[in-house]
Amino acid sequence: MRRGGLVVLVLPSVLYLVVMFVYPFGYGVFLSLHPAKGASGASLANYFGFFGDPWQLRTIAVTASIAVPNTIVTVLLALAVAYAMRRGIWAERAITTLLVLPIALGTVLVAEGINGFYGPKGWLNQLLQLAGVADLPRLTHNYTGVMIALFVQHFPFCFLMLLGYISGIDPALESSARVLGARPWVVFRRVMWPLIAPGAAIAFALVFVMNFGVFPSAVLVGQPAGATRTIAIAAYQQAFEHYDMSMASAIAVVMGLCQLLGLAIVVALRGRLAATGVATVGAGKR
Amino acid sequence: MRGRVWRLVVFVFIVGFTLNLVGIVSHVAVSSLARRWFATPLPGAFTTEWYAYAWHEFQLPQVLTVTATVAASVTALALLLGFPAAYVLARRGFRAKNAVLLLYFLPLLIPQMTYGIPLATSLYRYRIGGTVAGVILANLVPMLPLAIFVLLPFVEQISESLEWAARVHGAGRWQVFRRVVLPLALPGLLTAGLLVLVNTVANFELTFLLSGAGSQTLVVALYYAVFAAGMRPIYSVDAMAVIYMGIVLLILVAALRFVRPTQMVFRLGGK
Repeated sequence: MRRGGLVVLVLPSVLYLVVMFVYPFGYGVFLSLHPAKGASGASLANYFGFFGDPWQLRTIAVTASIAVPNTIVTVLLALAVAYAMRRGIWAERAITTLLVLPIALGTVLVAEGINGFYGPKGWLNQLLQLAGVADLPRLTHNYTGVMIALFVQHFPFCFLMLLGYISGIDPALESSARVLGARPWVVFRRVMWPLIAPGAAIAFALVFVMNFGVFPSAVLVGQPAGATRTIAIAAYQQAFEHYDMSMASAIAVVMGLCQLLGLAIVVALRGRLAATGVATVGAGKR
Repeated sequence: MRGRVWRLVVFVFIVGFTLNLVGIVSHVAVSSLARRWFATPLPGAFTTEWYAYAWHEFQLPQVLTVTATVAASVTALALLLGFPAAYVLARRGFRAKNAVLLLYFLPLLIPQMTYGIPLATSLYRYRIGGTVAGVILANLVPMLPLAIFVLLPFVEQISESLEWAARVHGAGRWQVFRRVVLPLALPGLLTAGLLVLVNTVANFELTFLLSGAGSQTLVVALYYAVFAAGMRPIYSVDAMAVIYMGIVLLILVAALRFVRPTQMVFRLGGK
């Protein structure tokens, strides 16, 4: 009786999330099946409308063309740097603190900074001009701008996540492999990678999902009417410019399904990765 | 030899990336102080008048009041609802525990744009959307789980035998909470509070979807200013950005006294 009594304390938070998170989700799915105009019963008209309209359908391709390459580059670079820093480096605390900045400051500020720094008259282009580059690249208000913004935002996130994960792996495993004569590459491939792979898979999934939902960067540093009209922008426009909440919900559902598909692919690949791993004993401390 | 080249490449990359970060942030700061700045390394003349201009033109007194109200309310509510939950999760096992943990995880995992649109739709339906209350309620959705997951390890560290000892000496349940658990959990509450505070001030998507004319927080007001670039001098937009940056940095510096930077992101492979 008493044991049961205490568990009641989780109820307020659970109730809150059910009302404010689970219910709206269900309501959104329901709404997406009941178009604003036309049939009174449930219908897939919104989804047919979305997939039948090339201008809307294109947003999936646009978003994927941003999210997929960006995620791969971000995770690979973060993995390489975190692995190199696994036993600490000079000024680590200062560097990691600096890296938290873009996460804490948020996308809007980073976007404004990128518009200035990478802009046509920004410091980077001035530097390139000084270096004698004749044909100055255009780095903002296009696809490149969004890629830079997302990388600046998500590289630190992914790096800090992997650094915490990799530094939690027992260093004795690596030392034993070295003592037994394994070269650095073999240590990585046969000992460390199998231990890192689960963390890398989660990091990949998280970064992909965040990239796929890109909104403020795509508007502020991108070209929201064309090259970087992502699926989140399409959903927002339906909801707050056309006031068609039903269609907006349908697009949000499609966006969620795309993110889920990405997760599923990572999980499937992860099964493969584990199968090639050799050392799975003594998995990470945390 | 090869190892050394490799380390050098990594080091150069880190230096490059941090320089790029410093450049991004300081470009905003320099621009906010420029009288006029066009294609030169530094502006010709400096001025602070853009701050006064931004203060009036962007209605910053009102925006800052909303921001403070939202941040304080979300923090208080997240701790109030989150602490009991973290306590139970740390102390007891129960049948639906995994389902409850999943429920706490999802709002942190799913991007805000995905669940924000249905959430906004339902809140506008009940006429809560567009108000300060709506912004607070929506922000609490990801912040409550954040508070719970930050608090959890802190509560786990409090030895249960201390509570038993207090009970043996005749303390009631409330007294145990008030005199034993709460003082020991104070560092955790402070850490969780600061992290929720900085995340709420910087949280864009949900606030953006839920806020109306009188309920914009600073970061949303900044978004609209950047979005409508050209309406007002860019220097005044950057002045507002610097004010925003100052507030976030202040809370961040306080938060970093308690947590390591690596703890600011998801704990991978944790519970």
